[in-house]
Amino acid sequence: MTTQVAARPAVNLKGLSQYGVYLAILLLVLYNIFFTPYFLTWSNLRIQLIQVAPIVIVALGMALVIGTEGIDLSVGSVMALAAALIPLYLGYGVVAAILASLVAGVVVGLINGVLVARVGLQPIVATLALFVGGRGLAVVISEGKLKDVRNPDLIYLGSGDLLGIPVLVWIAAALVVVVAFLVRRTVFGRRLLAIGGNRPATELAGLPVKRVLITVYVLCAVLASIAGLLSVARIQSSDASAVGLLIELSAITAVVVGGTPLTGGKVRVLGTVAGALLMQLVIATMIKHNLQPSTTEMVQAVIILIAVYVARERKTR
Amino acid sequence: MLEVLDVSKIFPGVRALDRVSFRLAAGEVHALVGENGAGKSTLIKVLTGVYQPDEGELRYQGEKAQFGTPMDAQHAGISTIYQEVNLIPQMSVAHNLFLGREPRNRFGLLDEKRMHHEAREILAGYGVTADVKRQLGTLALGAQQMVALARAVMIDAKVVIMDEPTSSLEPREVETLFGIIRDLHRRGIGIIYVSHRLDELYQICDAVTILRDGRVVHTGKLAELERIKLVSLMLGREMSGSFSAFKESDPEVSDAPPVLRARGLTSRRKLHDISFEVRPGEVVGLGGLLGAGRSETIKAIGGAYPLDSGDVQVDGVDLKKPTTVRAVKAGIAVQPEDRKAEGIIAGLSVRENIALAVLPQLSRFGLVSDAKIDAIVEKYMTRLRIKASGPGQLVGDLSGGNQQKVLLARLLATGPRVLLLDEPTRGIDVGAKAEVQSLIDELAAEGLGVVLVSSDAEELIEGADRVVVLRDGVVVGTLTGAEVTTEDLMATIAAGGNQ
Repeated sequence: MTTQVAARPAVNLKGLSQYGVYLAILLLVLYNIFFTPYFLTWSNLRIQLIQVAPIVIVALGMALVIGTEGIDLSVGSVMALAAALIPLYLGYGVVAAILASLVAGVVVGLINGVLVARVGLQPIVATLALFVGGRGLAVVISEGKLKDVRNPDLIYLGSGDLLGIPVLVWIAAALVVVVAFLVRRTVFGRRLLAIGGNRPATELAGLPVKRVLITVYVLCAVLASIAGLLSVARIQSSDASAVGLLIELSAITAVVVGGTPLTGGKVRVLGTVAGALLMQLVIATMIKHNLQPSTTEMVQAVIILIAVYVARERKTR
Repeated sequence: MLEVLDVSKIFPGVRALDRVSFRLAAGEVHALVGENGAGKSTLIKVLTGVYQPDEGELRYQGEKAQFGTPMDAQHAGISTIYQEVNLIPQMSVAHNLFLGREPRNRFGLLDEKRMHHEAREILAGYGVTADVKRQLGTLALGAQQMVALARAVMIDAKVVIMDEPTSSLEPREVETLFGIIRDLHRRGIGIIYVSHRLDELYQICDAVTILRDGRVVHTGKLAELERIKLVSLMLGREMSGSFSAFKESDPEVSDAPPVLRARGLTSRRKLHDISFEVRPGEVVGLGGLLGAGRSETIKAIGGAYPLDSGDVQVDGVDLKKPTTVRAVKAGIAVQPEDRKAEGIIAGLSVRENIALAVLPQLSRFGLVSDAKIDAIVEKYMTRLRIKASGPGQLVGDLSGGNQQKVLLARLLATGPRVLLLDEPTRGIDVGAKAEVQSLIDELAAEGLGVVLVSSDAEELIEGADRVVVLRDGVVVGTLTGAEVTTEDLMATIAAGGNQ
C-alpha cells in the first residue's frame, strides 16, 4: 500500500510534536544562560516557577477536557469565584475557606459537565455561559472590592517555602503527578482517552460516557479553583475582577504547544507542563531583553501556529 | 439524453466503478439500484461533477460532456436531490426556493413581494401549503424535500437525480411526489431514481440499471424484469464467486430457552413491531434490503437506537429500556456496521481497544492492572490471530480485517451471551473473511446466540440457521430449516406486502 511513502515525513513531524517542546525549552534556556544576565540565579528561577504554577494547574485540567475533544472556557471565572469565596469563609478558618472555593469548582464543573454530556451542548458554548456569568457572580459576591487576606496559613501556601522550594511549586508538582497517574494508570483515564478518540464507539462498547465526561469537567473546574485560591494566597488579596483573567488562553496554549491534539484521544501531561514552561520562558526572555509586550504576543502566536501545524498530521490518518 | 460510456472510477485499493455504461432517455424514469458499496453514490457523484471519471466518458444531449464541478453539472441542467435535504434551514422557504436567482425590482433590489407570490404558486403545485415566509427548518422533512424538488426542477433541469427521495416522506407525500414525477416525465425530463423500495420502483420507473460491486449487472426495461430476478441480480453472486467458510449448519434445533428475545420493537417510522428470538448456539440472520431496518433493529437491541415500545430480554431477564451500558452488562455485544465511525478507536493501541469495555474487571480500586490486561489481550490476539506488530500498535494502522478482529476481541472480552454482528465481513480481505466466518461458527457452537446481518445473500444463507426477513421495518417472513436458501430469501424479499 501507499503507507510506506507517507510514513517518513509523518514520523519526523510526530517526533517533533512529541519532543519539539522540550527541544525549544532547551534552546531557550541555553540562550538565556549565555545572553541574559542573572538568568541562572535562584531568585530568578523561583519567580519563573511561582508565576507558571497557576497556569500549569489550570492547564492540567484543560488537557483532560481537550483529551475528550472538548474545551473549557470557564476556568478563569472559576478562579475568580474561588478567590471571591476565600475572604467570605476565612473567618471560619483556612480549611473552611479552601473547602468553599473547591465546592465552587465542583458546582461549576457539574454544570459544565451536565450541559456537555447530558444536554448535548458543544463544549465551547456550554462553558462560555459560565465564562461570562461566573466572573460576574464572583464580582457580585466580593461586592466588587479588592479584599486583603492576612491569614498566615493561607499565605504560607502562596508564599512559603518547603525544603527551599516554594510551597506553590510543590503543590503544582504534586498535581502534575496525580493527573499523569490518573491518565496513565486508571480506568477513568483510559475511558477519557477512548471518548476523545471515538465517542460513538465508546458508547456502543457500553462505557458510562456521560459520567466520565461530567467527571472530567468537574476535575478541570476543581483544578481551576485550586489555582484560584493559590493566587489569592500568593497575592495576599482577593480581586475577583482580576484573578485568572485570560488564563483560559494561556492554559489552552500550554496544552496545544505541549503536543495534545485538539481532536481528542490523547493527553500529554508532561508536554502540557513543558508547554506552560516554554511560554513562561518566552515571555521572561522577552521582558529581560526589553522587548515590547506586543512583540511578545506575536512571538507567542508564531509558537502556537508551529505547534498546531506540527500536530496536524493526526488528522490525515 | 444522458449517457455513461465505460466509466471507471478507481479509489486506492478499490475499483468503485468498473466500466459502467447506461443510457437515460428523455422523459424516462430510470431506476438505479444496488446494495451498499455497489457504486451507486459514486456513479451519481460522477454524473453531478463531484468526481471525475478515471476512464470512459459522459455524453450529454449527444455531445461529450465534462463536469469539472457540481456547479458545471447544474448549469448544464442536471439537478440532484439528496437524501438529506441540502437547503439552508435558517432561511425562509421562498428564499431557499429562489436562492441565487432572486427576482429583483427595477432598482436591482430584492423583490420580496414577487418572490413570495411566485413561491406560493410554485409550491402549491407540489402540495406544500405552508407559509413561504416561514423558516424552512420548521417544516416537516417531507415538505422540505418537496421544496428541494421544486427548486431542482425550477433550475431548467433536464435531468433530475433523486437519491432515496421517499425515505422521509409520508404515504400521502409519496403520492404527490409520484404525481410530480409523472408530470416531469410528460415534459421530457429524464429522471434517475435511486430507491430500495421495490413497490415504488415498479410503480414509477420505466427502466432499471442494477449495479453490483461497481459493475452493471443488468440494464433494461423494468416491466420485463421480474421482482425476484431483480432482487437476485442485486444480492446474488456469480456462481464462480468465492465460497464462505461456514460449515454446513446442523439442522438439530435446540430446545433450550432463548438467550435473546426481542418483542414488539417499535421506533418511529423505522421499526414496526419486530419480534424474534435467538436460542443458544443459534445463528439468526436478519435479511432484507438496505433501509429495511436491520441495522436499526440490532442497535435498538444494543440500546443505541431509541425505541418507542417493545422489550428486550436476555436469558429471560427484561432489560427495561435498553441503554448501551445496560445491554453490555446483560451480555449483549454489538458489532456496528460502520467499523471506523462506531467501532474501533483508531488513535488507541490494539491493547487499549481490546481491553476498553472490561477495564473495571481488569483493575483494582480504579487502577488498571497491566498483568491482567496483557493476559486478556494476549489471549484474544492469539485466538483471533490478530496480525499486528504488537499489542502497542495503533489500530488505525491495521488492515480492515485485523481492525474487525480487534473489535470482535473487544466484544468477546465482555463475555457476551448474544453477539449482534452487522456486516461482519464487509470491507475485509478474503482470508480474514473466512476467519471471521469460521469464528462465528465456533462461537455459536460454544453456546452463544448470534444475530447476523449481511447484504451478501450467500453469507447470510450459509451462516444462519434461521433467517428473519425485514422490509420497511416490518418482519415479512421467517425462513427455517430447508427454506434457508437464497431462492427463498429472494422470494421473500421480493414479495410485495401491498400489491
